[in-house]
Amino acid sequence: MKILFKRIEKPDYKPDIKSYLKNSDFKALKKALRMKPEDILNEIKKSGLVGRGGAGFPTGLKWESAYKTQDFPKYVVCNADEGEPGTFKDRIILEKDPHSIIEAMIICAYTIKAKCGFIYIRGEYFKAYEVLKKAIKEVEAYGFLGENILDSNFSFKIFLYKGAGSYVCGEETALLDSLEGRKGQSRIKPPFPTFVGFKNKPTVLNNVETLANIPHIILKGGEWFSKIGSKNSPGTKLYCLSGDIKKPGVYELPTNVTLRDLIYKYAGGPKGKIKVILPGGVSSPVLLKKDLDVIMDYKEVEKKGSMLGSGAVIVINEKRCIVDINKRILDFFNYESCGRCAPCREGIKRAKEILEFISEAKADLSDLELLKELQEVLFDTSRCGLGQAALNCVRSSIDKFYEEFKEHIVEKRCKVGVCRVGR
Amino acid sequence: MKERESEEYKNRCEEIINFYPDKRQALLPLLHLAQQKFGYIPKEITLYLAEKLQLPKVKAWSTVTFYSMFSLKKQGKYVIRVCNSLSCYLKGAKRIIEIIKEELGIKEGQTTKDKRFTLEVTSCLGLCDISPAMMINEKVYGNLTPQKVRKILLKYKKE
Repeated sequence: MKILFKRIEKPDYKPDIKSYLKNSDFKALKKALRMKPEDILNEIKKSGLVGRGGAGFPTGLKWESAYKTQDFPKYVVCNADEGEPGTFKDRIILEKDPHSIIEAMIICAYTIKAKCGFIYIRGEYFKAYEVLKKAIKEVEAYGFLGENILDSNFSFKIFLYKGAGSYVCGEETALLDSLEGRKGQSRIKPPFPTFVGFKNKPTVLNNVETLANIPHIILKGGEWFSKIGSKNSPGTKLYCLSGDIKKPGVYELPTNVTLRDLIYKYAGGPKGKIKVILPGGVSSPVLLKKDLDVIMDYKEVEKKGSMLGSGAVIVINEKRCIVDINKRILDFFNYESCGRCAPCREGIKRAKEILEFISEAKADLSDLELLKELQEVLFDTSRCGLGQAALNCVRSSIDKFYEEFKEHIVEKRCKVGVCRVGR
Repeated sequence: MKERESEEYKNRCEEIINFYPDKRQALLPLLHLAQQKFGYIPKEITLYLAEKLQLPKVKAWSTVTFYSMFSLKKQGKYVIRVCNSLSCYLKGAKRIIEIIKEELGIKEGQTTKDKRFTLEVTSCLGLCDISPAMMINEKVYGNLTPQKVRKILLKYKKE
């Protein structure tokens, strides 16, 4: 069952408007423009669609919240700042089916009464940027975007905006600051962007994959969508498989697929024996082999103590050292922390130092308690998701691989021979 | 920075500032343009933009230094971005980075003396399906092996 990749995977499908007209003809938009905004909201709510960027917030409620806010102008923003390590799904949609995103944004704008929208795309996606730029021009030329769309009194314009290399800008409020031409540093929530967003005006921010689902829901109805995949978060999901896996890539599957099937049935199985799996990129706590039967939807993964996030499934085999993996992850967070709040800025730096001490046989067991405490402080007090999630992986690793950490510290031994301990 | 280049740049600023719904929004696009045109963000340009957009100098300056794609030092003709995030790391990014350093005789963040290559080790580039991966300017290279990297670099060196 495929929804988003159905068109893309046709051998002759190109990211130009002719292919899009032939395959979709903006039917969803035409239908939406004949519907009342309330009816559109009902369909989206009925569909059960939840945001695919990581937080899993119900899209219908988000749109409704912006719709109800009586403060103008309003804005629609597409978050194309995909940056969670292990995530590369949005890139595929942006490069191969850009028009679907544009169509979805127009539908959203019509619903919440916005006149202006932005696609915030990460700076390193050069190809996707060019593809989108061309697509926006095409859609304008065909009269689906601009003044009086399809002879209605509804007008909407989309601007493409390029990020400049910053992971935290994928966080919605940091993205808004960046989009305003500032440093990308997060804002305190609430107020949520649907009330106070771009230029402090009501703003709907949706992930690329979330938006790509919208035209299909409008065309086939919310009820149709709600019956696909799991009950908690219906539909399909783009799962990104990478790491120690035989066939890395993006797999579109209904959300009731198990992690086991994802790895063994679709991605060719692991390379080597599985040690841990990160189901939602480096921000997610680790899962073990015994968790393989988890259903890959937001709630079920959470029940296992982890999070689905953007669906970046990173498989890690037994030849890897758990200390070394976490050290690499904290290097990343340390580099990407925006520096706005102290828990994140200082906490990650200290956690990284402790891991370095462990790998160099300079730590003692009480340092593990310190790491756990740091995780709790960061989780509770960081301004945004970056700091809150930065130590998830190391915390769960200590809980599940205590012996391996202890071996490094007490016996000064790294059994897989990666760390410099004892050398 | 040559004076003529600087003039050309300033002539295009107005158009970009007027393009966006909000004036301040133009800052990032203007910095992208400067990076592209000069290979770095000259201090003079930052000050010029602060004045043009009526921003305190510190705000313009801190925006420049916040983003990794803007550099204060002139970059080489070819900017090599090698990913070192987890998926690429698992597939041997560390070795790939060592080889590039050896081949070019520079460290991370440095530019070769002939001003042709800059090496940057970056966060995830969204190329995990073809990891280990790198970009040279806008071109993507994936499934890298030591031999493959040497061959690619040789091609650029000959150009």
